[in-house]
Amino acid sequence: MILHLLLSDKIVLTLFAGCILAFFYIRAQPHYAKPWEKVFRNSIATMMAVTLSVYAVIGLLDCIHFQHGTQLTSVLDILITPLNSHDEKTYSAPFSVFFNGEQTISISTLIVKGALTGIISFAPLAAVMIYFFKKSTSLIAWKTGLITAGILWMLMITTTFLAQHYHVFGTNQIGQDMFYQTLKSVRTGLLIGTLTTLFTLPFALFFGLIAGYFGGIVDDVIQYLYTTLSAIPGVLLIAAAVLMIEVIITNHPNTFPTNADRADTRLLALCAILGITGWAGLCRYLRAETLKLREQDFVTASITMGASKLSIILRHVLPNVMHIVIITLVLDFSGLVLAEAVLAYVGVGVDPTTPSWGNMINTSRLELARDPVVWWPLCAALVLMFFLVLAANIFADSVRDAFDPKQ
Amino acid sequence: MIAYLFRRILYTIPILIGVNVITFVLFFMVNTPDDMARMQLGQKHVTANEIRQWKMEKGYDKPLFYNADKNGFEKITDTLFYIKSTDLFLFRFGQSDQGRNINHDIFQRMWPSLAIAVPTLMIGLAVNITLALLIALFRGSMFDRTTMMTCVAMMSISGLFYIIGGQFLFSKLLKLVPISGYNPGWNAYKFLILPVLIGVIGGIGAGTRWYRTIMIEEIHKDYVKTARAKGLSEFTVLFKHVLKNAMLPILTGVVVIIPTLFMGSLIMESFFSIPGLGSYTIDAIGQQDFNIVRVMVFLGTVFYIGGLILTDISYVLVDPRVKLE
Repeated sequence: MILHLLLSDKIVLTLFAGCILAFFYIRAQPHYAKPWEKVFRNSIATMMAVTLSVYAVIGLLDCIHFQHGTQLTSVLDILITPLNSHDEKTYSAPFSVFFNGEQTISISTLIVKGALTGIISFAPLAAVMIYFFKKSTSLIAWKTGLITAGILWMLMITTTFLAQHYHVFGTNQIGQDMFYQTLKSVRTGLLIGTLTTLFTLPFALFFGLIAGYFGGIVDDVIQYLYTTLSAIPGVLLIAAAVLMIEVIITNHPNTFPTNADRADTRLLALCAILGITGWAGLCRYLRAETLKLREQDFVTASITMGASKLSIILRHVLPNVMHIVIITLVLDFSGLVLAEAVLAYVGVGVDPTTPSWGNMINTSRLELARDPVVWWPLCAALVLMFFLVLAANIFADSVRDAFDPKQ
Repeated sequence: MIAYLFRRILYTIPILIGVNVITFVLFFMVNTPDDMARMQLGQKHVTANEIRQWKMEKGYDKPLFYNADKNGFEKITDTLFYIKSTDLFLFRFGQSDQGRNINHDIFQRMWPSLAIAVPTLMIGLAVNITLALLIALFRGSMFDRTTMMTCVAMMSISGLFYIIGGQFLFSKLLKLVPISGYNPGWNAYKFLILPVLIGVIGGIGAGTRWYRTIMIEEIHKDYVKTARAKGLSEFTVLFKHVLKNAMLPILTGVVVIIPTLFMGSLIMESFFSIPGLGSYTIDAIGQQDFNIVRVMVFLGTVFYIGGLILTDISYVLVDPRVKLE
């Protein structure tokens, strides 16, 4: 077993490290911490944030890969081994097959066992957290957060207990466990939602700030650029770009030796394409805001004091447009997760071998027409996707409320 | 106004040229005609001769941007870029890889697309705006909060689910309408009911939320206070005064998409196998028919820009204060 990180793994882990650093930096700066504190004072937002972080943990665990012979396994694979090692021959409905032959343990026993284990294992953690938060003076809704975390933990432990003996979401046509598939899809969904914005940001920030600050011909050129880009129908542009990438990958088989490499490249390329085609909206907002900021007194003051243009943009303008960046990033996330499913249907999504909700829905959409109805593969994808998107939507709303100075 | 429109139309030319360059770069430079030939003829065992033959047949046997072999203007005009671009700008779309006339196909497939898109837009607008006004009427109440939560939940469900679930429920279980297909003429209605219904339901979440924000913003304006002070009922205030004034921001969003309705909906049409432009595009993407995809990108852009110009005109028509210069 050798640690073998794919390119996307490296990017995600760097991003995660960056987030941790940003967290500590923001905590030390009261004016940055304030809107975030406002977000977390809202108990529903805290609930959603906890839900999102559960997804994030699943995604992160799936981002540390080991090479195992010719196979790549992630930490998540190792943690949920019973799921991918008990394949059936074909379809099986949820809870219809027991792993260990004759001797069955009833579902209710497992649920009770799981719930109890969950409560007992969560209690020490909760005690420590309560001790910490009681002492601190912050007003964030930690009680709701803790309760949500507790419920989710209990749910996870219970499903773990169930999943060791049953297929919680049944199996698909070739007998793969659908619960395993949908858990593996979390990584793809999160990657598309977050990495895309990583590709959007440099374009939007650079062009938006420069267009707004310098005006004149620079502004005209950049406006022309983003008008042209946004005039092209989005799905078609993405489709065209993905088709091109596909041709490049098939014509250069030597650059991408393994299937995993190829799928990973395609996933990253998709994020890049979504990012490059999607920066126009954010850029437009940033340009408008920079235009307003340029006329502000504090900018005039720093010009008179001889600050260079670069330092004015970086130190005075950029921090003042950050709220727009944060709001847009959070708002776009859920749309991107949903878009992945649509793109998979059009045939220009992630690689068909990459587990993703889009691919799951795409392969199982005709199964409802079978008799008896095979509903569980679809259900497995939709349920996890729904809760991720719902949490992201509600969280995004409260982030917007907290960061938008107009409210 | 006429001068403004004329200038506006002139402005679209550089944008169309830009779009054309982008699509050309995507389709011919990143993926050269040689690659295309290899893709079409199969990956392995393709001789250079066969590739040349294929390029001759399809008219790709010219340099991309600059033809050094020719004289004078022909150095630029006898290139792929020039020929392909002028064909697009003159709406001469040529032939698809299967040898069908694209112009003819587009003209035929436009109508089924419209038959779905127009009713979906109209009914959707009516439903969303009515709902938004009702919510605004009861703003701050329990009704407001529960409806908004429902809207967020509806937004969070993948659009594919509405289609798959709708087909399952209405066609397979209840057997009310055919599951998919299309009939030209008036018989089409029974094939259209389900896609339109699903389109409307799928759009309720985002639509109602958006119109509610517009309504709430409008409600806080002074003329609403005046209307209330005159003793008008809240219902009259909302449905007569607020609705009329809210038409302006609503128009911005709606008029833009009217021309793009011709393009049809990619997903809806291919799920219900309706022979519109959306399913045309999807099929082209599936078969990697770059000619069709390029034409559709170009058409989509033309329609989008047309929508922007229409929006400007509609502002003048709706709001007498707006003057275009």
